[in-house]
Amino acid sequence: MDLTFTAEEEAFRDEVRAFFAAELPKDIRDKLDLGRHISKDDMVRWQKIMYRKGWGAPNWPAKFGGTGWNIVQQHIFEEERAEACAPNQNPFALKMLAPVMQNFGSAAQQEYFLPRILSGEDWWCQGYSEPGSGSDLASLRTSAVRQGDHYIVNGQKTWNTMGQYADWIFALVRTSTEGRQQQGISFLLVDMKSPGVSVRPIVMLDGGHEINDIFFDNVKVPVENLIGEENKGWTYAKFLLSHERSGNAGIGACKRALKKLKEIAAAQPANGKPLIEDSRFRDRIAQVEMELMALEITNLRVLSGYAKDQKAQSLGPEVSMLKIKGSEIIQTLAELKMHALGHDALPYVREALDMNWRGNPLLNAHYGSYAPPLSGQYFNNRKTTIYAGSTEIQKNIISQMILGL
Amino acid sequence: MEFDYTEEQLALQDTMQRFISRDYDFDKRKAILKSDLGYSAEAWKQYAELGLLSLPLPEDSGGLGGSAVDVMLVMEQFGLGLLMEPYLSSVVLCGGVLRDAASKALRQKLLPQIGAGSEKMALACYEAAGRYDLSHAACTATQKGGAWNLKGQKTVVLDGPSADYFLVTARSSGKVNDANGVSLFLVPRDAKGLTVLGYPTQIGTRAADLKLEDVAVGSEALIGESGAALPIVERAIDRGIAALCAEAVGVMNALNKATLEYLKTRKQFGVAIGTFQALKHRMADMLIAAEQSRSMAVIAAVNADSTDAAERMRAIAAAKAYIGQAGRLVGQQAVQLHGGMGVVDEHVVSHYFKRLTMIDLTFGDADYHLGRFSDTLRPAS
Repeated sequence: MDLTFTAEEEAFRDEVRAFFAAELPKDIRDKLDLGRHISKDDMVRWQKIMYRKGWGAPNWPAKFGGTGWNIVQQHIFEEERAEACAPNQNPFALKMLAPVMQNFGSAAQQEYFLPRILSGEDWWCQGYSEPGSGSDLASLRTSAVRQGDHYIVNGQKTWNTMGQYADWIFALVRTSTEGRQQQGISFLLVDMKSPGVSVRPIVMLDGGHEINDIFFDNVKVPVENLIGEENKGWTYAKFLLSHERSGNAGIGACKRALKKLKEIAAAQPANGKPLIEDSRFRDRIAQVEMELMALEITNLRVLSGYAKDQKAQSLGPEVSMLKIKGSEIIQTLAELKMHALGHDALPYVREALDMNWRGNPLLNAHYGSYAPPLSGQYFNNRKTTIYAGSTEIQKNIISQMILGL
Repeated sequence: MEFDYTEEQLALQDTMQRFISRDYDFDKRKAILKSDLGYSAEAWKQYAELGLLSLPLPEDSGGLGGSAVDVMLVMEQFGLGLLMEPYLSSVVLCGGVLRDAASKALRQKLLPQIGAGSEKMALACYEAAGRYDLSHAACTATQKGGAWNLKGQKTVVLDGPSADYFLVTARSSGKVNDANGVSLFLVPRDAKGLTVLGYPTQIGTRAADLKLEDVAVGSEALIGESGAALPIVERAIDRGIAALCAEAVGVMNALNKATLEYLKTRKQFGVAIGTFQALKHRMADMLIAAEQSRSMAVIAAVNADSTDAAERMRAIAAAKAYIGQAGRLVGQQAVQLHGGMGVVDEHVVSHYFKRLTMIDLTFGDADYHLGRFSDTLRPAS
């Protein structure tokens, strides 16, 4: 048992840090540092830079053009990424679709799609939830009916993140209504430019547009865009979800948010002293920091356990623990950052989220450079214990798969 | 980074588990609880033979030179088996103090005896008015010629009644809770003027209050420099806390196992109560709490031997606070989910629950350590 990094790992950390220092565009860094939204162009620009370095896919095996990094290297990379305020690469392509395609996709699919993900050419989004199918995902009704060389897809997907930018969507569709509902699901890749696909924005409680409804109206999808076998999609879907949840722990992002919280609490005045001198507030920071210290090690224990286990085909139900804790921690951090502002958390001035906004002096008095997005981030982050399987669903998984209840 | 025990460590774990199921089951333990000693002299002998007592002691004094991770492994089994022997006091705390700070002569005299189990030691570092503050020492030490005279009282000295020697903190200069001026002395059990008032604890182990009335000890009894013992004691207590964290993890895992078993077998309304979602989710919370606690115990163990006092304190305080809170959740919910069976002496669950509760109250509870950890977040002034 040893928590120290080897000399090689420290050298790797130095390499990653030097790369971010040299290559991360300042405008992107500044936006993320101050919690502002970054555009699709920013993200694609960054993906292309990463690709040129050979780091287009930090989590993929080398044979598919990934870095082949082990769990500890990925952990170090993620920590440095968050600390440097570099964007998270599109997780829908890299961390969700790609592992499925690499394990269950055809050689032709792998050869065509994976390089385009690496180079930043294609933007992917996820078509899982439907209006009537949230926690009970397997009840989904979007249908795909085989007609010659095509499937004809009809239905609606919702809570689709960043689909307004997407070139492609991977979608769970119903190809059979016989047997258990899990047995009639297939995993389909759909070109967003196909006739009959339409996107409707959903505005979230923070006023932002990051999610959408996606409608399919007699959309023709070539049969070669089916992943694996017809009606086996639920297996692939669960495989994908375990990868999604393992990423949800977000240790790097939490560490960065914690550091930011401490900076804010040290900068905010309270009764003539910095807020962090208020032990009642400081104890709340200490409490969440302890939770994060534990999760960092639990995360590494769980993931390195899978990496060591030769028989493990995929991530197991333990990732549900990581998802529960990680999502709660990021919520708590967002909540404390907002509370650190006191009544300066109240103003809602959309323009203030613009990096170039200078506002009027009176309004500016409410705002240190860090303040404008904090309330919105708190509201927005309520999603984290809901998406990718709510906390309650994760507990169902733990009690069934780990505890045998 | 490595998160597993080595083959060698796993073999030791296996040996201890076999010992527990063979020689320390619920009924055998009940007899030990009722004995005068409050622990098993026979078990103590076996620990010595297995090398447990010399495991963390230095090699130059007959020890095996093991690390705090080795201690973690042993203490986890102490929790799992609810073992009663004075391992924490004699080996971890006092063995640690001697290793860190005693003269070569003293180390070579006492450490082999601790490792062999023939002599046992206890650490007397708390006083009634000081709560968890180690710098609080109203007990005085005055030097007369080459000798020292000790006067005062010490409270809740764990494993005190069976100790052959005590390590006693006393103030040689300064005010009652000054960091400087605390000195540490080796006091033999039979020292003139020393009264040992022993009593059982809530978990059946023994503790004692000490009364020192003009106890005279020689200059060789002073451990470390005069007035400079606080860092020595803090380091020993930090090591003890890491050990308690591991013990708590052992208890939590045992409680979770017992509770899960109960949920699967206890029937009400015609079905196993583990089919109810309210209980399933509670059990999931208990599992997560235990896993997070294990991670914290690992953090505590790998930092326990560190000589960087600030870094060590931060890790230890966070671990103790976290495990105090998590242990409260696991302990209380284990009792709750066992229903009436959780509140009777005849079921092992109540024994685990009490052990976990008392671990929180030993060497600083969750609030105390949350405060210490929290204070490290203040910007350096």
